[in-house]
Amino acid sequence: MLDRTPSGTRDVLPDEMRELRALMERVRAVFEGAGYGEVYTPALEYERTFARDGARVSSPYRLFDEHGNVLVLRSDMTVPIARMVGSRYATAPTPLRFCYFAHAYHGVRPQRGQSRELLQAGVELIGSAGPAGTVEALTVLCDALDAAGLENYRVGVGDVTLYPALLESLGVEAAARERILAELTSGDFVGVEHELAQLAVSPADAELLLRVPRIRGGAEVLEGLDGPLEQAGAGMRTLLGLLQPRTARRVIFDFGLLHNLGYYTGAIFQVYDPAYGVPLGSGGRYDDLLGEFGRPLPAVGFALDVERVHIALRAEERSRV
Amino acid sequence: MSESLAAQGLRLAVPRGALFADTLDLLDRLGVDTQPVRENDRRLLFAESGIITMRPSDVPTYVEAGAADLGITGKDVLMEQSERALYELADLGYGRCEMVVASLAGEDPAADALRRLGVVRVATKYPRVATRHFLSTGRQAEIVEVKGSVELAPLTGLVDAIVDLTATGTTLRENHLVVRETIAVCTARLIANPVADKLKATAIDAIVSRIAG
Repeated sequence: MLDRTPSGTRDVLPDEMRELRALMERVRAVFEGAGYGEVYTPALEYERTFARDGARVSSPYRLFDEHGNVLVLRSDMTVPIARMVGSRYATAPTPLRFCYFAHAYHGVRPQRGQSRELLQAGVELIGSAGPAGTVEALTVLCDALDAAGLENYRVGVGDVTLYPALLESLGVEAAARERILAELTSGDFVGVEHELAQLAVSPADAELLLRVPRIRGGAEVLEGLDGPLEQAGAGMRTLLGLLQPRTARRVIFDFGLLHNLGYYTGAIFQVYDPAYGVPLGSGGRYDDLLGEFGRPLPAVGFALDVERVHIALRAEERSRV
Repeated sequence: MSESLAAQGLRLAVPRGALFADTLDLLDRLGVDTQPVRENDRRLLFAESGIITMRPSDVPTYVEAGAADLGITGKDVLMEQSERALYELADLGYGRCEMVVASLAGEDPAADALRRLGVVRVATKYPRVATRHFLSTGRQAEIVEVKGSVELAPLTGLVDAIVDLTATGTTLRENHLVVRETIAVCTARLIANPVADKLKATAIDAIVSRIAG
Protein backbone atom coordinates (compact mmCIF):
# COMPACT_ATOMS: atom_id res chain seq x y z
CA MET A 1 0.00 0.00 0.00
CA LEU A 2 1.48 3.29 -1.14
CA ASP A 3 1.37 6.26 1.20
CA ARG A 4 -0.80 9.07 -0.13
CA THR A 5 -0.72 12.75 0.72
CA PRO A 6 -3.61 13.86 2.95
CA SER A 7 -6.82 14.48 1.00
CA GLY A 8 -6.91 17.99 -0.43
CA THR A 9 -3.12 18.17 -0.71
CA ARG A 10 -0.75 17.03 -3.44
CA ASP A 11 2.84 16.86 -4.59
CA VAL A 12 4.01 19.26 -7.29
CA LEU A 13 6.45 17.67 -9.76
CA PRO A 14 9.08 19.44 -11.87
CA ASP A 15 7.15 20.16 -15.10
CA GLU A 16 4.32 21.85 -13.22
CA MET A 17 6.66 23.47 -10.71
CA ARG A 18 8.65 25.13 -13.50
CA GLU A 19 5.47 26.60 -14.94
CA LEU A 20 4.22 27.75 -11.51
CA ARG A 21 7.59 29.25 -10.69
CA ALA A 22 7.77 31.12 -14.02
CA LEU A 23 4.20 32.37 -13.52
CA MET A 24 4.99 33.61 -10.01
CA GLU A 25 8.19 35.31 -11.22
CA ARG A 26 6.21 37.30 -13.81
CA VAL A 27 3.68 38.31 -11.13
CA ARG A 28 6.40 39.09 -8.60
CA ALA A 29 8.09 41.46 -11.06
CA VAL A 30 4.83 43.44 -11.27
CA PHE A 31 4.41 43.53 -7.49
CA GLU A 32 8.00 44.58 -6.86
CA GLY A 33 7.88 47.10 -9.71
CA ALA A 34 4.88 48.75 -8.03
CA GLY A 35 6.79 49.00 -4.75
CA TYR A 36 5.40 45.96 -2.96
CA GLY A 37 8.18 44.27 -1.01
CA GLU A 38 7.83 40.55 -0.50
CA VAL A 39 7.28 39.23 3.02
CA TYR A 40 6.89 35.81 4.48
CA THR A 41 5.18 35.13 7.79
CA PRO A 42 4.90 31.89 9.79
CA ALA A 43 2.47 29.25 8.56
CA LEU A 44 1.53 28.87 12.24
CA GLU A 45 -0.04 31.69 14.23
CA TYR A 46 -1.57 31.88 17.68
CA GLU A 47 -5.26 31.16 17.50
CA ARG A 48 -6.09 34.49 19.16
CA THR A 49 -4.56 36.34 16.16
CA PHE A 50 -7.23 34.89 13.88
CA ALA A 51 -9.99 35.06 16.51
CA ARG A 52 -10.03 38.85 16.90
CA ASP A 53 -13.37 40.57 16.50
CA GLY A 54 -12.30 42.42 13.39
CA ALA A 55 -10.71 39.36 11.81
CA ARG A 56 -13.62 36.96 12.01
CA VAL A 57 -11.86 34.31 10.00
CA SER A 58 -11.17 30.89 11.39
CA SER A 59 -8.76 28.21 10.45
CA PRO A 60 -9.97 24.62 10.58
CA TYR A 61 -6.53 23.39 11.66
CA ARG A 62 -5.58 23.69 15.31
CA LEU A 63 -2.49 22.40 17.04
CA PHE A 64 -1.04 22.64 20.52
CA ASP A 65 2.54 23.61 21.15
CA GLU A 66 4.66 22.20 23.97
CA HIS A 67 3.35 24.90 26.36
CA GLY A 68 -0.31 24.21 25.63
CA ASN A 69 -0.81 27.29 23.42
CA VAL A 70 -3.36 26.82 20.66
CA LEU A 71 -1.85 27.42 17.23
CA VAL A 72 -3.64 27.57 13.88
CA LEU A 73 -2.47 27.16 10.30
CA ARG A 74 -3.09 30.53 8.67
CA SER A 75 -6.27 30.64 6.54
CA ASP A 76 -5.10 33.72 4.68
CA MET A 77 -2.13 36.11 4.58
CA THR A 78 -4.06 39.31 5.26
CA VAL A 79 -4.48 38.73 8.99
CA PRO A 80 -0.81 37.73 9.56
CA ILE A 81 0.35 40.82 7.65
CA ALA A 82 -2.00 43.00 9.73
CA ARG A 83 -0.45 41.46 12.85
CA MET A 84 3.03 42.05 11.45
CA VAL A 85 2.29 45.71 10.73
CA GLY A 86 0.96 46.23 14.26
CA SER A 87 4.15 44.84 15.79
CA ARG A 88 7.00 45.39 13.32
CA TYR A 89 5.77 48.58 11.64
CA ALA A 90 4.11 50.22 14.66
CA THR A 91 5.48 53.67 13.84
CA ALA A 92 6.59 53.33 10.23
CA PRO A 93 5.39 55.99 7.80
CA THR A 94 2.53 54.95 5.57
CA PRO A 95 1.41 53.80 3.09
CA LEU A 96 3.01 50.38 3.50
CA ARG A 97 3.16 48.01 0.55
CA PHE A 98 3.72 44.26 0.93
CA CYS A 99 3.38 41.29 -1.37
CA TYR A 100 3.52 37.56 -0.66
CA PHE A 101 3.69 34.16 -2.32
CA ALA A 102 2.62 31.74 0.35
CA HIS A 103 0.34 28.87 1.27
CA ALA A 104 -2.94 29.35 3.10
CA TYR A 105 -4.95 26.52 4.61
CA HIS A 106 -8.67 26.01 4.15
CA GLY A 107 -11.16 23.47 5.35
CA VAL A 108 -12.73 21.32 2.67
CA ARG A 109 -16.02 19.59 2.17
CA PRO A 110 -15.43 15.88 1.82
CA GLN A 111 -15.03 14.31 -1.64
CA ARG A 112 -15.17 17.57 -3.56
CA GLY A 113 -11.56 17.58 -4.67
CA GLN A 114 -11.05 20.92 -2.93
CA SER A 115 -7.59 21.96 -1.83
CA ARG A 116 -6.68 22.28 1.83
CA GLU A 117 -3.45 24.02 0.91
CA LEU A 118 -3.72 26.99 -1.47
CA LEU A 119 -0.76 28.77 -3.00
CA GLN A 120 -1.64 32.46 -2.95
CA ALA A 121 -0.01 35.46 -4.59
CA GLY A 122 -1.23 38.76 -3.25
CA VAL A 123 -0.58 42.27 -2.07
CA GLU A 124 -1.63 44.41 0.89
CA LEU A 125 -1.67 48.21 0.62
CA ILE A 126 -1.89 49.61 4.15
CA GLY A 127 -2.56 53.24 4.99
CA SER A 128 -4.19 54.22 1.70
CA ALA A 129 -7.91 54.93 1.84
CA GLY A 130 -10.45 54.53 -0.95
CA PRO A 131 -10.85 55.38 -3.73
CA ALA A 132 -7.14 56.08 -4.43
CA GLY A 133 -5.93 52.96 -2.60
CA THR A 134 -8.60 50.83 -4.23
CA VAL A 135 -7.57 52.12 -7.65
CA GLU A 136 -3.92 51.24 -6.94
CA ALA A 137 -4.84 47.71 -5.82
CA LEU A 138 -7.00 47.14 -8.93
CA THR A 139 -4.22 48.45 -11.16
CA VAL A 140 -1.61 46.14 -9.62
CA LEU A 141 -4.08 43.23 -9.80
CA CYS A 142 -4.74 43.71 -13.53
CA ASP A 143 -1.08 44.32 -14.33
CA ALA A 144 -0.23 41.08 -12.52
CA LEU A 145 -2.87 39.13 -14.46
CA ASP A 146 -1.58 40.64 -17.72
CA ALA A 147 1.96 39.62 -16.77
CA ALA A 148 0.72 36.16 -15.86
CA GLY A 149 -0.37 35.89 -19.48
CA LEU A 150 -4.17 35.82 -19.18
CA GLU A 151 -5.91 37.55 -22.06
CA ASN A 152 -9.60 37.39 -21.30
CA TYR A 153 -9.87 37.86 -17.54
CA ARG A 154 -12.28 40.31 -15.92
CA VAL A 155 -12.36 41.75 -12.42
CA GLY A 156 -15.77 42.08 -10.78
CA VAL A 157 -15.98 45.07 -8.44
CA GLY A 158 -18.71 45.40 -5.85
CA ASP A 159 -19.24 46.86 -2.42
CA VAL A 160 -19.78 44.61 0.56
CA THR A 161 -21.86 47.27 2.35
CA LEU A 162 -24.18 48.02 -0.59
CA TYR A 163 -26.84 45.37 -0.22
CA PRO A 164 -26.94 45.21 3.60
CA ALA A 165 -27.29 49.02 3.66
CA LEU A 166 -30.08 48.87 1.09
CA LEU A 167 -31.95 46.28 3.17
CA GLU A 168 -31.55 48.42 6.27
CA SER A 169 -32.65 51.63 4.52
CA LEU A 170 -35.86 49.91 3.40
CA GLY A 171 -36.62 48.95 6.99
CA VAL A 172 -35.97 45.21 6.73
CA GLU A 173 -35.46 43.87 10.26
CA ALA A 174 -32.16 42.32 11.31
CA ALA A 175 -33.28 38.67 11.36
CA ALA A 176 -34.78 38.89 7.87
CA ARG A 177 -31.69 40.75 6.63
CA GLU A 178 -29.51 37.87 7.74
CA ARG A 179 -31.71 35.28 6.05
CA ILE A 180 -31.75 37.23 2.79
CA LEU A 181 -27.98 37.75 2.88
CA ALA A 182 -27.48 34.03 3.56
CA GLU A 183 -29.57 33.13 0.48
CA LEU A 184 -27.65 35.68 -1.58
CA THR A 185 -24.26 34.43 -0.39
CA SER A 186 -25.23 30.89 -1.39
CA GLY A 187 -26.32 32.17 -4.83
CA ASP A 188 -29.96 31.15 -4.36
CA PHE A 189 -31.95 33.91 -6.04
CA VAL A 190 -35.14 31.84 -5.87
CA GLY A 191 -34.61 31.71 -2.10
CA VAL A 192 -34.09 35.49 -2.01
CA GLU A 193 -37.40 35.91 -3.83
CA HIS A 194 -39.16 33.63 -1.32
CA GLU A 195 -37.70 35.61 1.60
CA LEU A 196 -38.70 38.92 0.02
CA ALA A 197 -42.26 37.65 -0.46
CA GLN A 198 -42.50 37.23 3.33
CA LEU A 199 -41.46 40.83 4.01
CA ALA A 200 -43.78 43.71 4.79
CA VAL A 201 -42.24 45.94 2.12
CA SER A 202 -43.95 47.58 -0.83
CA PRO A 203 -43.97 45.69 -4.15
CA ALA A 204 -41.70 48.39 -5.59
CA ASP A 205 -39.16 47.89 -2.80
CA ALA A 206 -39.33 44.11 -3.15
CA GLU A 207 -38.71 44.48 -6.89
CA LEU A 208 -35.72 46.73 -6.14
CA LEU A 209 -34.29 44.25 -3.63
CA LEU A 210 -34.62 41.45 -6.17
CA ARG A 211 -33.17 43.49 -9.04
CA VAL A 212 -30.14 45.04 -7.34
CA PRO A 213 -28.09 41.85 -6.78
CA ARG A 214 -28.53 41.04 -10.47
CA ILE A 215 -27.04 44.36 -11.62
CA ARG A 216 -23.68 43.46 -13.12
CA GLY A 217 -21.83 44.53 -16.24
CA GLY A 218 -19.73 47.35 -17.68
CA ALA A 219 -19.97 51.09 -17.02
CA GLU A 220 -23.45 51.10 -18.60
CA VAL A 221 -24.94 49.55 -15.44
CA LEU A 222 -23.93 52.68 -13.49
CA GLU A 223 -26.14 54.90 -15.66
CA GLY A 224 -29.51 56.06 -14.47
CA LEU A 225 -29.20 54.79 -10.91
CA ASP A 226 -31.38 56.82 -8.59
CA GLY A 227 -32.91 56.73 -5.15
CA PRO A 228 -31.06 54.44 -2.74
CA LEU A 229 -28.62 53.37 -5.49
CA GLU A 230 -27.50 56.85 -6.45
CA GLN A 231 -24.69 57.00 -3.91
CA ALA A 232 -23.37 53.52 -4.67
CA GLY A 233 -23.43 54.27 -8.38
CA ALA A 234 -21.61 57.58 -7.84
CA GLY A 235 -18.90 55.84 -5.80
CA MET A 236 -18.32 53.27 -8.53
CA ARG A 237 -18.29 55.95 -11.24
CA THR A 238 -15.63 57.84 -9.25
CA LEU A 239 -13.56 54.66 -9.02
CA LEU A 240 -13.96 54.02 -12.74
CA GLY A 241 -12.95 57.61 -13.55
CA LEU A 242 -9.68 57.15 -11.64
CA LEU A 243 -8.68 53.92 -13.38
CA GLN A 244 -6.27 53.89 -16.30
CA PRO A 245 -7.96 52.68 -19.51
CA ARG A 246 -5.96 49.42 -19.45
CA THR A 247 -7.46 48.60 -16.04
CA ALA A 248 -10.90 50.11 -16.62
CA ARG A 249 -11.54 47.82 -19.61
CA ARG A 250 -11.10 44.79 -17.34
CA VAL A 251 -13.59 45.90 -14.70
CA ILE A 252 -17.20 44.78 -14.45
CA PHE A 253 -19.39 46.24 -11.75
CA ASP A 254 -21.36 43.79 -9.67
CA PHE A 255 -23.97 44.96 -7.18
CA GLY A 256 -24.59 41.40 -5.99
CA LEU A 257 -20.98 40.62 -5.08
CA LEU A 258 -20.65 39.46 -1.47
CA HIS A 259 -17.68 37.87 0.23
CA ASN A 260 -18.06 35.50 3.09
CA LEU A 261 -14.88 36.74 4.75
CA GLY A 262 -15.82 38.83 7.74
CA TYR A 263 -13.28 41.65 7.62
CA TYR A 264 -14.19 43.45 4.38
CA THR A 265 -15.61 46.93 4.83
CA GLY A 266 -16.13 48.45 1.37
CA ALA A 267 -15.08 47.77 -2.22
CA ILE A 268 -14.53 44.08 -2.96
CA PHE A 269 -13.11 42.32 -6.04
CA GLN A 270 -13.35 38.94 -7.65
CA VAL A 271 -11.32 37.71 -10.63
CA TYR A 272 -12.94 35.72 -13.46
CA ASP A 273 -11.77 34.11 -16.65
CA PRO A 274 -14.22 32.80 -19.25
CA ALA A 275 -12.01 29.75 -19.82
CA TYR A 276 -12.42 28.51 -16.23
CA GLY A 277 -15.62 28.15 -14.24
CA VAL A 278 -14.38 29.26 -10.83
CA PRO A 279 -13.03 32.63 -9.60
CA LEU A 280 -9.24 32.98 -9.71
CA GLY A 281 -8.89 35.28 -6.73
CA SER A 282 -10.51 37.98 -4.68
CA GLY A 283 -9.84 40.95 -2.49
CA GLY A 284 -11.18 44.20 -1.17
CA ARG A 285 -10.99 46.96 1.42
CA TYR A 286 -10.60 46.07 5.10
CA ASP A 287 -10.46 49.43 6.82
CA ASP A 288 -11.11 48.13 10.36
CA LEU A 289 -8.76 45.15 10.57
CA LEU A 290 -5.49 46.99 11.27
CA GLY A 291 -7.09 48.68 14.28
CA GLU A 292 -7.44 45.24 15.86
CA PHE A 293 -3.65 45.03 15.84
CA GLY A 294 -2.99 48.47 17.25
CA ARG A 295 -2.48 50.50 14.07
CA PRO A 296 -5.84 51.76 12.85
CA LEU A 297 -5.23 52.31 9.13
CA PRO A 298 -7.39 51.91 6.04
CA ALA A 299 -6.19 49.04 3.88
CA VAL A 300 -6.91 47.11 0.71
CA GLY A 301 -5.50 43.95 -0.83
CA PHE A 302 -6.11 40.91 -2.95
CA ALA A 303 -5.01 37.30 -3.23
CA LEU A 304 -4.76 35.27 -6.42
CA ASP A 305 -4.98 31.49 -6.29
CA VAL A 306 -1.80 30.67 -8.23
CA GLU A 307 -2.90 27.17 -9.17
CA ARG A 308 -6.22 28.44 -10.53
CA VAL A 309 -4.46 31.16 -12.53
CA HIS A 310 -2.27 28.41 -13.94
CA ILE A 311 -5.32 26.29 -14.83
CA ALA A 312 -6.97 29.30 -16.52
CA LEU A 313 -3.78 30.03 -18.48
CA ARG A 314 -3.72 26.49 -19.80
CA ALA A 315 -7.46 26.64 -20.60
CA GLU A 316 -7.01 29.91 -22.50
CA GLU A 317 -4.08 28.42 -24.41
CA ARG A 318 -6.08 25.33 -25.34
CA SER A 319 -9.10 27.37 -26.45
CA ARG A 320 -6.88 29.34 -28.84
CA VAL A 321 -5.60 26.32 -30.78
CA MET B 1 -37.97 33.12 -34.48
CA SER B 2 -35.57 30.29 -33.85
CA GLU B 3 -32.21 31.00 -32.32
CA SER B 4 -29.60 28.77 -30.80
CA LEU B 5 -28.13 29.17 -27.35
CA ALA B 6 -24.75 28.54 -28.96
CA ALA B 7 -25.14 31.72 -31.03
CA GLN B 8 -25.42 33.64 -27.76
CA GLY B 9 -22.30 31.92 -26.46
CA LEU B 10 -24.22 29.78 -24.00
CA ARG B 11 -24.27 26.08 -23.28
CA LEU B 12 -27.23 24.61 -21.38
CA ALA B 13 -27.26 21.31 -19.50
CA VAL B 14 -30.66 19.64 -20.08
CA PRO B 15 -31.82 16.82 -17.81
CA ARG B 16 -32.97 13.57 -19.40
CA GLY B 17 -35.66 11.70 -17.51
CA ALA B 18 -38.78 13.08 -15.87
CA LEU B 19 -37.98 16.74 -16.60
CA PHE B 20 -36.88 16.15 -20.20
CA ALA B 21 -40.15 16.74 -22.10
CA ASP B 22 -41.19 19.84 -20.14
CA THR B 23 -37.69 21.25 -20.49
CA LEU B 24 -37.71 20.86 -24.28
CA ASP B 25 -41.17 22.46 -24.40
CA LEU B 26 -39.85 25.40 -22.37
CA LEU B 27 -36.89 25.77 -24.74
CA ASP B 28 -39.28 25.75 -27.71
CA ARG B 29 -41.21 28.61 -26.12
CA LEU B 30 -37.92 30.50 -25.69
CA GLY B 31 -37.29 30.09 -29.42
CA VAL B 32 -34.53 27.50 -29.07
CA ASP B 33 -34.64 24.85 -31.79
CA THR B 34 -34.95 21.54 -29.94
CA GLN B 35 -35.67 19.45 -33.04
CA PRO B 36 -32.19 17.84 -33.16
CA VAL B 37 -32.52 16.89 -29.48
CA ARG B 38 -35.99 15.43 -29.96
CA GLU B 39 -34.92 13.48 -33.04
CA ASN B 40 -31.91 11.78 -31.50
CA ASP B 41 -32.14 10.34 -28.03
CA ARG B 42 -28.68 8.73 -28.10
CA ARG B 43 -26.64 11.84 -28.81
CA LEU B 44 -25.48 13.78 -25.74
CA LEU B 45 -23.86 16.90 -27.19
CA PHE B 46 -25.73 19.21 -29.56
CA ALA B 47 -23.05 21.81 -30.22
CA GLU B 48 -25.07 23.62 -32.90
CA SER B 49 -27.93 24.24 -30.42
CA GLY B 50 -25.75 24.81 -27.37
CA ILE B 51 -27.42 21.92 -25.53
CA ILE B 52 -25.91 18.99 -23.67
CA THR B 53 -28.08 16.25 -22.17
CA MET B 54 -27.40 14.18 -19.06
CA ARG B 55 -29.02 12.66 -16.02
CA PRO B 56 -30.48 15.31 -13.68
CA SER B 57 -28.06 14.62 -10.84
CA ASP B 58 -25.09 15.34 -13.14
CA VAL B 59 -26.36 18.79 -14.14
CA PRO B 60 -24.91 20.60 -11.07
CA THR B 61 -21.52 18.95 -11.66
CA TYR B 62 -21.25 20.28 -15.22
CA VAL B 63 -22.56 23.73 -14.34
CA GLU B 64 -20.36 24.17 -11.27
CA ALA B 65 -17.25 23.36 -13.29
CA GLY B 66 -18.28 25.70 -16.09
CA ALA B 67 -18.59 22.86 -18.64
CA ALA B 68 -22.12 24.26 -19.07
CA ASP B 69 -23.05 27.89 -18.42
CA LEU B 70 -26.65 27.12 -17.50
CA GLY B 71 -28.50 24.02 -16.42
CA ILE B 72 -31.95 22.79 -15.56
CA THR B 73 -32.50 20.27 -12.80
CA GLY B 74 -34.85 19.50 -9.92
CA LYS B 75 -34.74 21.27 -6.58
CA ASP B 76 -34.37 17.80 -5.03
CA VAL B 77 -31.02 17.41 -6.79
CA LEU B 78 -29.93 20.89 -5.69
CA MET B 79 -30.93 20.20 -2.08
CA GLU B 80 -28.90 16.99 -2.09
CA GLN B 81 -25.89 18.79 -3.63
CA SER B 82 -26.31 22.02 -1.65
CA GLU B 83 -22.56 22.48 -1.16
CA ARG B 84 -22.00 23.21 -4.85
CA ALA B 85 -21.05 26.74 -5.85
CA LEU B 86 -23.97 27.51 -8.18
CA TYR B 87 -26.46 30.28 -8.76
CA GLU B 88 -30.10 29.29 -8.66
CA LEU B 89 -31.75 31.79 -10.98
CA ALA B 90 -35.36 30.81 -11.52
CA ASP B 91 -38.11 28.47 -10.37
CA LEU B 92 -39.40 26.99 -13.63
CA GLY B 93 -42.59 25.68 -12.00
CA TYR B 94 -42.82 22.32 -13.75
CA GLY B 95 -41.82 18.88 -12.48
CA ARG B 96 -43.59 19.58 -9.22
CA CYS B 97 -43.20 16.88 -6.58
CA GLU B 98 -42.73 16.62 -2.86
CA MET B 99 -39.82 15.35 -0.80
CA VAL B 100 -41.52 13.37 1.97
CA VAL B 101 -40.97 11.07 4.90
CA ALA B 102 -43.16 8.00 4.43
CA SER B 103 -43.66 4.78 6.35
CA LEU B 104 -45.94 1.76 6.33
CA ALA B 105 -49.65 2.48 6.82
CA GLY B 106 -51.09 1.95 10.27
CA GLU B 107 -49.29 2.89 13.43
CA ASP B 108 -46.15 4.76 12.31
CA PRO B 109 -43.19 2.36 12.66
CA ALA B 110 -40.81 5.33 12.60
CA ALA B 111 -42.42 6.90 15.66
CA ASP B 112 -42.42 3.52 17.36
CA ALA B 113 -38.71 3.02 16.64
CA LEU B 114 -37.85 6.48 17.93
CA ARG B 115 -39.85 5.95 21.12
CA ARG B 116 -38.54 2.48 21.90
CA LEU B 117 -35.10 2.42 20.27
CA GLY B 118 -34.20 6.12 20.22
CA VAL B 119 -33.16 5.94 16.58
CA VAL B 120 -35.03 5.46 13.32
CA ARG B 121 -33.64 3.69 10.25
CA VAL B 122 -34.38 5.58 7.06
CA ALA B 123 -33.76 4.49 3.46
CA THR B 124 -33.28 7.14 0.79
CA LYS B 125 -31.57 8.20 -2.43
CA TYR B 126 -31.11 11.60 -0.77
CA PRO B 127 -28.85 10.86 2.22
CA ARG B 128 -27.86 14.48 2.84
CA VAL B 129 -31.41 15.81 2.67
CA ALA B 130 -32.60 13.03 4.99
CA THR B 131 -29.73 13.54 7.43
CA ARG B 132 -30.37 17.30 7.58
CA HIS B 133 -34.12 16.84 8.02
CA PHE B 134 -33.88 14.44 10.96
CA LEU B 135 -31.03 16.39 12.55
CA SER B 136 -32.92 19.68 12.29
CA THR B 137 -36.01 18.11 13.87
CA GLY B 138 -34.02 16.71 16.78
CA ARG B 139 -34.34 13.04 15.95
CA GLN B 140 -31.57 10.51 15.60
CA ALA B 141 -31.68 8.67 12.30
CA GLU B 142 -29.59 5.97 10.74
CA ILE B 143 -29.56 6.75 7.03
CA VAL B 144 -29.40 3.81 4.62
CA GLU B 145 -28.52 4.89 1.09
CA VAL B 146 -30.14 2.84 -1.66
CA LYS B 147 -29.80 3.33 -5.42
CA GLY B 148 -32.95 1.61 -6.68
CA SER B 149 -36.57 1.39 -5.55
CA VAL B 150 -36.69 2.91 -2.10
CA GLU B 151 -40.21 1.58 -1.48
CA LEU B 152 -38.81 -1.93 -1.11
CA ALA B 153 -36.79 -1.06 1.98
CA PRO B 154 -39.64 -0.62 4.52
CA LEU B 155 -41.60 -3.54 3.03
CA THR B 156 -38.74 -5.92 3.80
CA GLY B 157 -38.00 -4.60 7.27
CA LEU B 158 -34.70 -3.02 6.18
CA VAL B 159 -35.85 0.35 7.54
CA ASP B 160 -38.68 2.01 9.47
CA ALA B 161 -39.21 4.90 7.04
CA ILE B 162 -38.09 6.35 3.74
CA VAL B 163 -37.29 9.83 2.45
CA ASP B 164 -38.22 10.08 -1.21
CA LEU B 165 -39.80 12.16 -3.92
CA THR B 166 -43.44 11.69 -4.76
CA ALA B 167 -45.46 13.38 -7.47
CA THR B 168 -48.87 11.69 -7.33
CA GLY B 169 -48.41 9.35 -4.38
CA THR B 170 -49.41 6.33 -6.50
CA THR B 171 -46.20 4.37 -5.99
CA LEU B 172 -46.35 5.00 -2.24
CA ARG B 173 -49.98 3.87 -2.03
CA GLU B 174 -49.33 0.73 -4.09
CA ASN B 175 -46.64 -0.19 -1.59
CA HIS B 176 -48.85 0.51 1.46
CA LEU B 177 -46.82 3.57 2.41
CA VAL B 178 -48.26 6.82 3.73
CA VAL B 179 -46.75 10.27 3.80
CA ARG B 180 -45.87 11.28 7.39
CA GLU B 181 -44.07 14.59 6.76
CA THR B 182 -43.39 16.88 3.82
CA ILE B 183 -39.80 18.13 3.78
CA ALA B 184 -39.99 20.36 0.71
CA VAL B 185 -41.84 21.03 -2.53
CA CYS B 186 -39.50 20.53 -5.46
CA THR B 187 -39.78 21.99 -8.94
CA ALA B 188 -37.39 22.39 -11.87
CA ARG B 189 -34.84 25.18 -11.41
CA LEU B 190 -32.63 27.14 -13.77
CA ILE B 191 -29.07 27.20 -12.44
CA ALA B 192 -25.99 29.07 -13.64
CA ASN B 193 -22.25 28.87 -13.28
CA PRO B 194 -21.27 31.89 -11.13
CA VAL B 195 -18.48 32.98 -13.46
CA ALA B 196 -20.66 32.67 -16.58
CA ASP B 197 -23.37 34.61 -14.74
CA LYS B 198 -20.95 37.54 -14.45
CA LEU B 199 -19.27 37.32 -17.86
CA LYS B 200 -22.35 36.45 -19.94
CA ALA B 201 -24.77 38.57 -17.92
CA THR B 202 -26.70 40.07 -20.84
CA ALA B 203 -27.43 36.74 -22.53
CA ILE B 204 -28.36 35.06 -19.25
CA ASP B 205 -30.58 37.94 -18.11
CA ALA B 206 -32.41 37.81 -21.46
CA ILE B 207 -33.22 34.13 -20.91
CA VAL B 208 -34.28 34.64 -17.28
CA SER B 209 -36.58 37.53 -18.16
CA ARG B 210 -38.18 35.56 -21.01
CA ILE B 211 -38.82 32.68 -18.61
CA ALA B 212 -40.33 35.03 -16.05
CA GLY B 213 -42.30 36.98 -18.66
